[in-house]
Amino acid sequence: MTGPARSFREATARRRLEGVLDPGSFREILGPAHRLTSPHLAALDLPVSFDDGAVVGSGLLGGRPVLAAAQEGGFMGGGVGEVHGAKLAGLLGLAERQPWAGVLLLLDSGGVRLQEANAGLLAVSEVMRAVLSARAASVPVVALVGGGWGCFGGMGIVARCCDAIAMSEEGRLGVTGPDVLETTKGVEELDASDRAAVWRTYGGKHRYLLGEADRLIEDDLSAFREAAMELLSARRDLGLEELEREHRHLGRRLEEFGGCADARDVWRAAGVEDPDRLPGLEPADFRAAVRAARRGDR
Amino acid sequence: MERLSFDFACRGDPAPLLAPILVGVVASGNLEVLVEGGAPPGRCRLEVLTSARGFGEIWEAVLRDFATRHSLSGLAVSVNDAGATPAVVSLRLDQAVDEYLRRP
Repeated sequence: MTGPARSFREATARRRLEGVLDPGSFREILGPAHRLTSPHLAALDLPVSFDDGAVVGSGLLGGRPVLAAAQEGGFMGGGVGEVHGAKLAGLLGLAERQPWAGVLLLLDSGGVRLQEANAGLLAVSEVMRAVLSARAASVPVVALVGGGWGCFGGMGIVARCCDAIAMSEEGRLGVTGPDVLETTKGVEELDASDRAAVWRTYGGKHRYLLGEADRLIEDDLSAFREAAMELLSARRDLGLEELEREHRHLGRRLEEFGGCADARDVWRAAGVEDPDRLPGLEPADFRAAVRAARRGDR
Repeated sequence: MERLSFDFACRGDPAPLLAPILVGVVASGNLEVLVEGGAPPGRCRLEVLTSARGFGEIWEAVLRDFATRHSLSGLAVSVNDAGATPAVVSLRLDQAVDEYLRRP
């Protein structure tokens, strides 16, 4: 690492792109001056944003040309509306047209923007299809998850559709987020106000231990940049064999951990000695502590 | 939402015609500011879309102060506001002009 740590979590979407890509290389597509704001939010008399919370474009990563998108969690929790989703899907659509070295998705989103209802849901599904199309065209898609809003709902599925995921401990990944889980399954299932339990369940460490995140890194822009460079070569097969292998892996995981009530029980069952100390470890120590217990699904 | 438009006379140097810049985020108590060149010479134009209704006079005071301090002829500023305080608005506007002029 060079220079002082610069938090990925605290940065805006634009700052994250500047910090992850080669300095000065980012070229935005359909930037804020185009004023592609959400017609749905305007109809509901709600504030809009000139970029609809999605910054998309191209740049260089270690000198290699890449496409990159970043969601702005500060604007409506990174919620995917029609325009926001179209920008992500459109960018991914460019991946097949030129020999890009990859696509980086800096995800920070609670999922669909509820105000846009079906248009938002459709947009998310279009993003999923676009990720898989880019991968089918042999362009790797890498998700970086370390924003304050986590990566939930449809965007959690989008992240897992990618070739690889890099997460910080602060990042969270899941489909049903903590508040929705508590509302639908009861506080006995998960107390959404218990931050330690929330991070044990969704946080980067747990996702790394389960093999869902490929890298667990510091909350630092340079660390995300380095992980992104490495993961551009981490391609996953998209064929039927790989799909069946993944299904077997998930089946085994359910057998192994299905009875666990808390992430600590999962860690213990996975063979981690003294699992209670895991949340307090720095990323490097944590990686060393779980090396033998980590479940690799790729 | 309330839309406010301001058009102040600016006697200062012409604003250079650079790539537009966006600073800030439309989040509670915050705002985004888009700065562009291309307003008519001798004018500074500002457009505000705010979620807090009824604060037109305060906006005018804050934006007039901004236009006076920087006095860049031909500057166009667009704001999406989610209830930022006047001090935050002033700081964001200064940040936006600073970044606009510093961009390569």
